[in-house]
Amino acid sequence: MIANIAFYVCSIILLASAALVVSSRNPVHSVLFLILSFFNAAVLFLIAGAEFLALILVIVYVGAVAVLFLFVVMMLDIDFAELRSGFQRYLPVGATVGAVLFVELVFVLGGWEFAPQAPVLRFSPAPANVSNTAALGRLLYTDYIFLFQAAGILLLVAMIGAIVLTLRDRKTSRHQSIRAQTDRTVAETLELVTVTVGAGVKEIGILRPKPVDPEPVEEVHHGN
Amino acid sequence: MQSFFYDTYIGLLILTFAEALALLVPLLIGVAYLTYAERKVLAAIQLRKGPNVVGPFGLLQPFADALKMIMKETIIPAGANRLLFLMAPMLTFSLAMIAWAVIPVNAGWAIADINVGILYLFAISSLGVYGIIIAGWASNSKYAFLGALRSAAQMVSYEVSMGFVLVSVLLCVGSLNLTDIVLAQHRVWFCLPLFPMFIVFFVSALAETNRSPFDLPEGESEIVAGFFVEYSAMAFALFFLGEYANMILMSGMTTILFLGGWLGPFGILPQLGPLWFILKVCFCLFVFLWVRATFPRYRYDQLMRLGWKVFLPLSLLWLTLTAAALMVFGWLPNA
Repeated sequence: MIANIAFYVCSIILLASAALVVSSRNPVHSVLFLILSFFNAAVLFLIAGAEFLALILVIVYVGAVAVLFLFVVMMLDIDFAELRSGFQRYLPVGATVGAVLFVELVFVLGGWEFAPQAPVLRFSPAPANVSNTAALGRLLYTDYIFLFQAAGILLLVAMIGAIVLTLRDRKTSRHQSIRAQTDRTVAETLELVTVTVGAGVKEIGILRPKPVDPEPVEEVHHGN
Repeated sequence: MQSFFYDTYIGLLILTFAEALALLVPLLIGVAYLTYAERKVLAAIQLRKGPNVVGPFGLLQPFADALKMIMKETIIPAGANRLLFLMAPMLTFSLAMIAWAVIPVNAGWAIADINVGILYLFAISSLGVYGIIIAGWASNSKYAFLGALRSAAQMVSYEVSMGFVLVSVLLCVGSLNLTDIVLAQHRVWFCLPLFPMFIVFFVSALAETNRSPFDLPEGESEIVAGFFVEYSAMAFALFFLGEYANMILMSGMTTILFLGGWLGPFGILPQLGPLWFILKVCFCLFVFLWVRATFPRYRYDQLMRLGWKVFLPLSLLWLTLTAAALMVFGWLPNA
């Protein structure tokens, strides 16, 4: 009974917050509602008995992806008036794209068939006497090992691609070379001088050397 | 009587409530005295006396501070988002509290001994960043916002290597259950065979809790007080309590993962279970304070370099080595 109530409450919150993601005026509120809907989806997983999936959803989506989302959206300088003025102009294009997607979805779902053994499996998704996590691991690392590795390589390629696209040696920023600093010895940096009483720094010749002028910052040329 | 508490909904509710109180009340007293201990330890290291006026040896100082916080006025800035502004400290505080639900203080002494306990802890600690980032944004102040951005980047960076440390511990245990993790250390505590991971975990814990030397989100010399600049009175107190409860939580996690939880050294005095646990947590907390008194604050680029270029490769390498060693010597659990 409690599980049923929890299921309906979480589903309603999930759907409501999903609707608010698209309809809120403030983009930061949208992202916060997105986080709320992720969280409720995780609770639905928990109710279904998939505790591993629920916590992974929280760790990956709520804890990492949505943080970066929020990070970017908060830093964007969004002009709401300009955003709303474009609504009329982009409405036909947006509606067309939406309609095409909707028709395609109807086609795909129309031809959907459940596997014949699905109704039986539905009642015991995990094998008996094995925890949910272990059951998932056994399936993933044996039957689906090829798909698992392929997905991993795909993500690796995407990650390297993103780094290659954004990493360029900007001449405008200065970096600290930690190795050069830790390699310095006492002899290079410190000099002990016996100072006679009453002598000034000029007489002994330990005036601080004039600091070297920093290298001129080069202009960065974009394109070509 | 037993059937009332275990078989009826109302009984279960009362039982869970009592268990939660039995854990949270000592925890909050611990938080209060951690602030006192911090000031006393820092004072001792810096050859000062520390709080010594309120009560004998200044022992009532935390309560005087709490009373002061309650009496003050909660100020909400005019440009702030009121709802989110008030929600952020509550979120931080309640996240710091609910993580304790799975911590086993002794064999079987956990409110919820769930199968995926360590994942639960990891998930809750990764949510902690929201309290800070929402506070920074809702305050509508540039210092608070800069603090929140720093903190978000920092916490996400250190979580990655922390995840790898957890995986290498899990490889040695073969279970995600916290009780199993402690029991797997009955012969040797994991801080010895996984020593580099222990260090990586502890330093990442410092960064996760925004403690010195990684306290850039609140770097008072550049951004005044970071994300909680605009907070006062109880809202500030909730952030403060959350931060210290998180410190105790991270010390508890270090104890469970690497220092053998409630097990005594060399198996001596097993009947003292919870006392061993508290002693080890206190030791970790002392190291937290010791580090604060000893190291200067990191610069931001150095912090990011340490997380991504030092800890991440190191923890990946050690994870591979651990897996290889377990495989070669046939020490894999559940094999």
